[in-house]
Amino acid sequence: MTSFAGWQMPLRYGSEMAEHLAVRRAAGLFDLSHMGEIVVTGPDAGAALDYALTGQASALSPGRARYTMICAEDGGVLDDLVVYRRGEQEFLVIANASNTATVFGALADRAEGYDAAVVDATQDYALIAVQGPAAAGILAPLVQLDPAGPEDPGWPELGAMKYYAGAFGTVAGREAWVARTGYTGEDGFELYCRPQDAEHVWTVVTAEGAGAGLVPAGLAARDTLRLEAGMPLYGNELGPDVTPFEAGLGRVVKFDKPGEFVGREALAARASAGPSRHLAGLTIESRRIARHGYPVLADGRTCGTVTSGAPSPTLGVPIAMAYLDRPPASLAGAVLAVGIRGEAVPADLTDLPFYSRRR
Amino acid sequence: MSVPAELHYTPEHEWVSVEGTSASVGITDYAAQQLGDVVYVSLPSLGATVTAGEPCGEVESVKSVSDLYSPVDGEVTEVNTELEDDPSLVNAEPYTAGWMFRVRVAQDGNGDAALPTDLLSAAEYEELTKSAG
Repeated sequence: MTSFAGWQMPLRYGSEMAEHLAVRRAAGLFDLSHMGEIVVTGPDAGAALDYALTGQASALSPGRARYTMICAEDGGVLDDLVVYRRGEQEFLVIANASNTATVFGALADRAEGYDAAVVDATQDYALIAVQGPAAAGILAPLVQLDPAGPEDPGWPELGAMKYYAGAFGTVAGREAWVARTGYTGEDGFELYCRPQDAEHVWTVVTAEGAGAGLVPAGLAARDTLRLEAGMPLYGNELGPDVTPFEAGLGRVVKFDKPGEFVGREALAARASAGPSRHLAGLTIESRRIARHGYPVLADGRTCGTVTSGAPSPTLGVPIAMAYLDRPPASLAGAVLAVGIRGEAVPADLTDLPFYSRRR
Repeated sequence: MSVPAELHYTPEHEWVSVEGTSASVGITDYAAQQLGDVVYVSLPSLGATVTAGEPCGEVESVKSVSDLYSPVDGEVTEVNTELEDDPSLVNAEPYTAGWMFRVRVAQDGNGDAALPTDLLSAAEYEELTKSAG
């Protein structure tokens, strides 16, 4: 167990490498109840979120989700988010645990003047994720989905649900918001249920998945899974000192949406000037891990800093993401290394993500 | 968690097994479990002189890097090269296949290995890990 943003979290249940591989090959079960759930409702809920976020929440159809960000006026990233539209006038915003208070505060401020209510509902939800190629098969017999409205035919079955979609329903007989989303680079589902139902849901899903290779997986596996999938982590690749463009995620900024939004001016300037740093992928020619904060060297001179590093159980070599002070293409031909506690360990640039699932 | 009775231990979670004046060294099951999957072990060089309580290598896991301390004084006579290719032996078999290095230690007046007096017994080590939670 480890302390994380005020929560006691399972770092691993057994071997984090085995947990990682189980998610790639079968399925893993995660307790992500630390994540922040913020509910935004009202006639202007979509418009308020369009103003508050970089994305266009109002363009989402009910039952669909989007990855987006919330930025400061200067374009710096306050958090990366998943936004679900759960109804015409209801959105569920998922924030990182360490940022929930910040995101809630910013959304409440930015919703002023709109006919919208912003509620921090983190304590009302437990979040259990089932991730991996076997996830849909494991959950299908346990999940009943509701139609989104009188005119919505609904998803005929769980397996038909699209990626980045969600629906109200039940899991093991308990009410939940069931979404086909995740942070592992695999197919999978996130089950937002009531805290008092979490233990029951966990137990029933565990039993159902036992024959399919489902194992409980901790924060350590979650981190190596998201790293292989090239997904940024707030505090590593994202923070108030970078805009989405540095992280290679400029696509989350929807300049063409109607109306004003917080950070537009700064983000537009960054979009035209180009990123001040460049997120790149590295593989390390050693078993040693290039960890957060270690320098990246080109021909012996520092050209950047590692943001995240870990062994890649899938690739069998250590991998890292790093911010470089120049475009990776300009380093063709340079001898690259990472300074690992005083030793220059050879490294190679590689495209992100390190791993993509076959679809 | 296993703590073999016949071994000596340090508060830094190394174990020592003595045969004559040869001391084999590794890290404990408790340490391996706390570290998580070990991915890299940096060992002292053959012939190097190690000093009890001083760092002589590193144990790297997915989430952390820890110093490896020598529990004894002496000269390194052997290192476990198997760990280069398979550091997970440290997790799987910390007291056997996951051993790390061997040291020739000086003899005391009786011809036995001269070990530091502050090494812990299995019972003392187990107590220490319990109080650490």
